Amino acid sequence: MGDLVLHLDNINKSFGGLSALSDVNLHVEEGTTHAIIGPNGAGKSTLLNVCIGRLKPDTGKVTFAGEVLTGREPHEITQLGVARVFQTPEIFQEMTLLENVMIPAFSHRDGAFRLNANKLLSKQGEIRDEAEHILEDVGLKDMMLTEAGSLSRGDKRRLELGMCLILRPRLLLLDEPTAGMARHDTNQTIELLKKIKSRGMTKVIIEHDMHVVFSLADKVSVLARGQIIAGGDPQSVREDPKVKEAYLGGAH
Amino acid sequence: MDAIFIQILNGLDKGAAYALIALGLTLVFGTLGIVNFAHGALFMLGAFCAVTFQKIITISVKVRDEGVTAFVAYKEQPYLETWFGDTGRIIIDYSVPLSIILAIPLMLLVGYVMERGLIKHFYKRPHAEQILVTFGLAIVIQEIIKAYFGANPIPQAAPEILAGSANVGSWVGLGDNLVYPWWRLIYLCFSGIVIFAVFAFLQFTTYGMVVRAGMRDRETVGLLGINIERRFTVVFAIAAIVAGVAGVMYTPILPPDYHLGMEFLVLSFVVVVVGGMGSLGGAVLAGFLLGIVQSFASMNEVKDIFPGIDQIILYLVAVVILLVLPRGLMGRAGVMDD
Amino acid sequence: MTNMKKPSFNDTMLILVFAAAILAMPLWLDPFGGNYPDLLQKFAIYGIFAIGFNILFGLTGYLSFGHAAFLGVGSYAAVWSFKLLTMNAIPAVIFGVLFAGLLAAIIGFLSLRRTGIYFSILTLAFAQMSYNLAYSVLTPITNGETGLQLARSDPRILDKLFSDGPASAGLPSTELFGETMSGYPGFYFCAVLLIIGFYISLRIFRSPFGLMLKGIKSNQNRMKYTGLNTRPYMLTAFIISGMYAGLAGSLLAVTDPLAGAERMQWTASGEVVLMTILGGAGTLVGPMLGAGLIKYFENIFSSFDDSVLQQAFSFLPDSVLEIVVPVVGLFVGSGWHLTLGLLFMIIVIFLPGGLVEGFRRIFNYFTSGGGKAETQSVEAHNQAGE
Repeated sequence: MGDLVLHLDNINKSFGGLSALSDVNLHVEEGTTHAIIGPNGAGKSTLLNVCIGRLKPDTGKVTFAGEVLTGREPHEITQLGVARVFQTPEIFQEMTLLENVMIPAFSHRDGAFRLNANKLLSKQGEIRDEAEHILEDVGLKDMMLTEAGSLSRGDKRRLELGMCLILRPRLLLLDEPTAGMARHDTNQTIELLKKIKSRGMTKVIIEHDMHVVFSLADKVSVLARGQIIAGGDPQSVREDPKVKEAYLGGAH
Repeated sequence: MDAIFIQILNGLDKGAAYALIALGLTLVFGTLGIVNFAHGALFMLGAFCAVTFQKIITISVKVRDEGVTAFVAYKEQPYLETWFGDTGRIIIDYSVPLSIILAIPLMLLVGYVMERGLIKHFYKRPHAEQILVTFGLAIVIQEIIKAYFGANPIPQAAPEILAGSANVGSWVGLGDNLVYPWWRLIYLCFSGIVIFAVFAFLQFTTYGMVVRAGMRDRETVGLLGINIERRFTVVFAIAAIVAGVAGVMYTPILPPDYHLGMEFLVLSFVVVVVGGMGSLGGAVLAGFLLGIVQSFASMNEVKDIFPGIDQIILYLVAVVILLVLPRGLMGRAGVMDD
Repeated sequence: MTNMKKPSFNDTMLILVFAAAILAMPLWLDPFGGNYPDLLQKFAIYGIFAIGFNILFGLTGYLSFGHAAFLGVGSYAAVWSFKLLTMNAIPAVIFGVLFAGLLAAIIGFLSLRRTGIYFSILTLAFAQMSYNLAYSVLTPITNGETGLQLARSDPRILDKLFSDGPASAGLPSTELFGETMSGYPGFYFCAVLLIIGFYISLRIFRSPFGLMLKGIKSNQNRMKYTGLNTRPYMLTAFIISGMYAGLAGSLLAVTDPLAGAERMQWTASGEVVLMTILGGAGTLVGPMLGAGLIKYFENIFSSFDDSVLQQAFSFLPDSVLEIVVPVVGLFVGSGWHLTLGLLFMIIVIFLPGGLVEGFRRIFNYFTSGGGKAETQSVEAHNQAGE
């Protein structure tokens, strides 16, 4: 296994006196898929939002590959190689799938501002090839000229994943990638995520579908009431009595 | 000290008008999610209710002028005076406050028709389209008023007993030369009452409670099986009435003309945004605050230091507040962030 | 939008047709009573204004309610160029664009910190400040209520340098290397700039820059999470858009060398919003259509009065005439704003996409039900119109 690449140190976050995260420490190894599970309201999404800079933690800091992420703008964090799939797909509804994927491709290349359109225009062939390639990867190539808004929920999620993959991220954060999907779609998504596993990027997945977690994760951390109560490889977590208690005796 | 006191008073009456318009604007925005650019036109319509009322009660007949004895002279005498004598004269004298009686049902009707006929189709449309369609409506209302009443301001007199000024200075132990027009004082009290009534309605009635809940989370309230649409209509009508009566009472202070609404609209929008979109308290606070600030900026002492400051102060304050406080004074997160 | 490689055949056609239509306006507007130079100039100038506004509003969705400030600054800068330097139109236009761009940079830098209605109000506040200042404190520069005008005593340094002949009686007129900039030459000057402006806007729409702006309009949140810093993109769009407004303002001064503060009032900002929406925001030709239509109606309708109406309806019996004329009279002459307001509401209610959307629907209506070839031609049309 590789070095530790993502560090969350002593993260505290509360909303109006209600503590959402208390003293969370989490370390993720490079190249692994790390799942964060926990009952509803455990603070999983808050944790992810802290990672990506959408929320500012009250204390503590997030470090990725030696860079402090805390307090940075979303676009800076993304440029450092962190991409995110949201719980409700954030895509460009009115645009074609191809444009949806080409926009991040341009951003990736020109995250810093450049107006030199002509130079970029000559690169469009290249970017378009790349975009088509990614769409093929996520299985949407035959629909690439349709409007993204007309896709099914599962396809939207796949598209969003493609938009993240084209950024060639080093760290991919997935917020319940199979939420609200039918079994068939879920399995397809698992296959897709397995396929991109070979690309060597680090992934952090929030999920409460155990089927998904145990199909994909190398490491699992359990979050309950804003605290990490257990962690380790999937098998040991599954047998941990504390986890059982959190799930059975807690919210459920 | 005297100067400061009088400037605060001067600012308050203008601020009261801003606050009343902004209150309706933000009520409509907060509950219905509608950015109503025709709200200023409702204020203007209210003002013209006063004009119309006065026109109606002073419909006159030609009578012999008894005061002139040298030759046969005629004068116009309103029917009311002919029929009721002094009572009639008093009614005419009090035409502005009395025209509220006309304004309330009329504005209720206008608000109802506007909401049912136009606004309700725009609940789910983007804000830009709401702005545009209500802007178009504002132009239409304005032009109709212009066609009937002409382009010139029509002065309205306050009741004679209130024509002078109150010696405010002596009341509070300041100089005797500190005077303030009675009618403006009345306007201040009146707007205080209206603001209080609106807040009381929202705070203490179940109807208002639902409306407030709707301001926080429209969808959930809708899901509770409450007929939110009907309440929307009522809220819109209330906003229209508030704007209307504010317009009625403002006529003795500023003679209404057809583009009165537009002038106040721009400023009221600044007020609403400064207060924070969707915050009623913010709208009222910002209204009075901006009124007072403007009044101070028009003092000669201030103008000497910053020439032209009186012309831009409202916008300047708005810009600074918006840049420092992204959601205005009391705005909530998540409103209008898109 | 699928064909983004180089200006495509469709785009070349579009620009050629556009140029031909604009240059031939004196011909085809003749039967509509629209062929007189003043009106033609207005078409071109407000076309530029609306096309520029559309680069901001149509692409990014940011609704600026303060574009009139840039129009006004463009006018003032141009008139000062006439007064101080030369009556030649070129420097006037350059200064107009530059100063408007400068003001847009300042206003944009501050206003773009906020989005949605907060952005609209900020731009409105800045424009109203400019307007109020132009009326009051800045009178030495703007000449306040009277408006900035030419005077015989103006220095005109460059003109004096090149001609030592005695100054002619009366005011000099604006010119372009000897050609007076009023009447038809003035129109053609504006028309050429309009075509250039349209071409630039087309290139922006088709460029990656334009694609990014559309992305910002569609989903700004996702845009940030693609690693793009949206601020400089927005600011550039804002400045470009402001420069178009400055160009339009300077052309107003070129064709009629005076500048007044009322050009900066918020009603003028509202007008350009109307034009853009009426034609179709986010479409290429829509704003030009909207600008043309509004200016046309303004000129035609506002010139009608009761006596014209009496004649027009003279075929009716007198009793009907007495009712018809006052009713119609409400909508024309000084009441033409009523027509404008109604037109505006109708467009927003029934045709939110504007006129271009309307044409598209009509086009689709006549071609629907056909084979695949026809569907493709609709797509091609959409691309051209977009």
